[in-house]
Amino acid sequence: MTVNIIVCVKQVIDPEAPPSSFKIDEAGRKVVAPSGVPPVISPFDENAVEAALRIKDAQGGKITVLSMGVNLLREVVKKPLSMGADELVLLEDEAFADGDSWSNAHALAMAIEKIGEYDLIFCGRQAADWDDGQTGSGIAEILGLPSVTLARKVDVSDGKARVEQVTADGYDVIEVSLPALITVSNELGEARYPTIKGIMAAKKVEPTVWKPADIGIETAKVGLAGRKVKLEKLYQPVQEGKCEFIEGESTEEAGVNLALKLREAKLL
Amino acid sequence: MAEYKGVMVHAEVVEGKLAAIATELLGCGRKLADDLGEELSAVIIGSKVSDLAREAFASGADKVYLIDDSLLRDYQTDAYVPVMEKVVRQAMPRILLVGQTAIGRDLAPRLAFRLETTATMDCIELAIDPGSKLLLRNKPVYGGNARATFTSELNPQIATVRTKAMAPLGPDTSRKGEVVTIEAGLDPSKIRTRVLDKVKQEVEGISLEAADVVISGGRGIGSVEGFKQLEELAGMLKGAVGASRPACDNGWVPDVVQVGLTGKIVAPDLYIAVAISGSSQHMAGCSGCKNIVAINKDPEANIFRQARFGVVGDWKKVLPAFTEKVRELIAE
Repeated sequence: MTVNIIVCVKQVIDPEAPPSSFKIDEAGRKVVAPSGVPPVISPFDENAVEAALRIKDAQGGKITVLSMGVNLLREVVKKPLSMGADELVLLEDEAFADGDSWSNAHALAMAIEKIGEYDLIFCGRQAADWDDGQTGSGIAEILGLPSVTLARKVDVSDGKARVEQVTADGYDVIEVSLPALITVSNELGEARYPTIKGIMAAKKVEPTVWKPADIGIETAKVGLAGRKVKLEKLYQPVQEGKCEFIEGESTEEAGVNLALKLREAKLL
Repeated sequence: MAEYKGVMVHAEVVEGKLAAIATELLGCGRKLADDLGEELSAVIIGSKVSDLAREAFASGADKVYLIDDSLLRDYQTDAYVPVMEKVVRQAMPRILLVGQTAIGRDLAPRLAFRLETTATMDCIELAIDPGSKLLLRNKPVYGGNARATFTSELNPQIATVRTKAMAPLGPDTSRKGEVVTIEAGLDPSKIRTRVLDKVKQEVEGISLEAADVVISGGRGIGSVEGFKQLEELAGMLKGAVGASRPACDNGWVPDVVQVGLTGKIVAPDLYIAVAISGSSQHMAGCSGCKNIVAINKDPEANIFRQARFGVVGDWKKVLPAFTEKVRELIAE
């Protein structure tokens, strides 16, 4: 049985950029994109693409990647295609920017309905910008689908998905009927690298680009205009505290001195 | 038209008792309820849980909503969301607090969308705005590089709260309250998932979240063998071994020992970070510790910005010497 999968991916500021490069414009309540550090696909979304590719490897089917925002860099949002996904749909318009999980989930859900046929929708468990972890569940609720969050493994057979769901001390095995929405966690395993062949194929793919009108939603319901949560303040917490560096004649001696220091501080 | 009033807490049940997060939420909820001059209630959902009402009162609740049904023994989205929806529609709380746990991360967003209200996830500070009386929800964002404060005018105002971020009240067993029993009223055919198995990834020794000492390793440890040195030190100090995400993703340690934003939140007395760069996502898991000790060969590593003591050097040289000296000092 082939399995058609839609994977939602989000372009974000690179979470691996050094914390020292992170700056906020407090008045504008925005993050200042660090210069020289290109944006990336949010890491858990890459795990979601990988989950879809594993199913495609095993059983065949089509993977459609869906991304929403403004200034979506083609080399970023096409990466899932270079990894092996088939199609790319972009919701690209100023109106889609600065949404919360409510307005974002509604826009994405309308796009998914327009894409049409799917057995599974995969999302990353949370995006590396707002760390919210709601959009996937929100899409499922809007579309009336069952959802399983925090997947470390997904297998499909007989119209059902078998999902290993991460728990605090291991995992649960959950069976869910299709169609369903699943959010994916890093325990699934590292996302594969794009291949040269994949990159060449991705170059040829023209993304489908939709505006709010194309998916039958009013601009007042998406992005900033459609928010139900207000961002009152965005700031960097002041990092107080000073590290006492312990030294020694040699690296090993520094280790010895560290133990002595901790004993002195009554921590050992 | 009835008003939304009061603070409600989802009191999670773990192994037949109220989870630590439940008492933390009740401690936080008590302050919010007192600020509002309103009532604090706890919702206990599960199977054979009626005894737990007492614990909830002792931890600060004025009222307990009890939903006891065999279909609620294990968490499932399609069982717990409709039950919480039923309780909320009956009780109409102004504020609903849920733990930022595997259950809360699943329950709160779906419930918020069902109730057409909003949730803010992973809050570490909550307060009532004196002017608007709205819940001010403060949480780390951008992996912990920044903090954001959110509000919403829609009720109930839902917030999930990070574990160990709030303090429980000391248990007061003289406190009493009202128990309201609500029928789950579930249709089993509407539950679209089945729990087939529960697998535990066993980790020997003391649990990460209970340990007073945690020795954590990062990408620089490089191998399973490398982590054995950390295990030896942890054993000596009666502590637990943790790890940053890359070490878990590389399979050097089980996923369950990941410390960080999407892993365990720990607050030991002593946290020794070995070859961990100190990304914000990792620090989210350990910044509650006042005594972070870092060993890293990069003097610019972010971990040194939050550590109390540090050694710049190759852990392969520092750690053995440190461990031997610790062995000596303990034997004295």
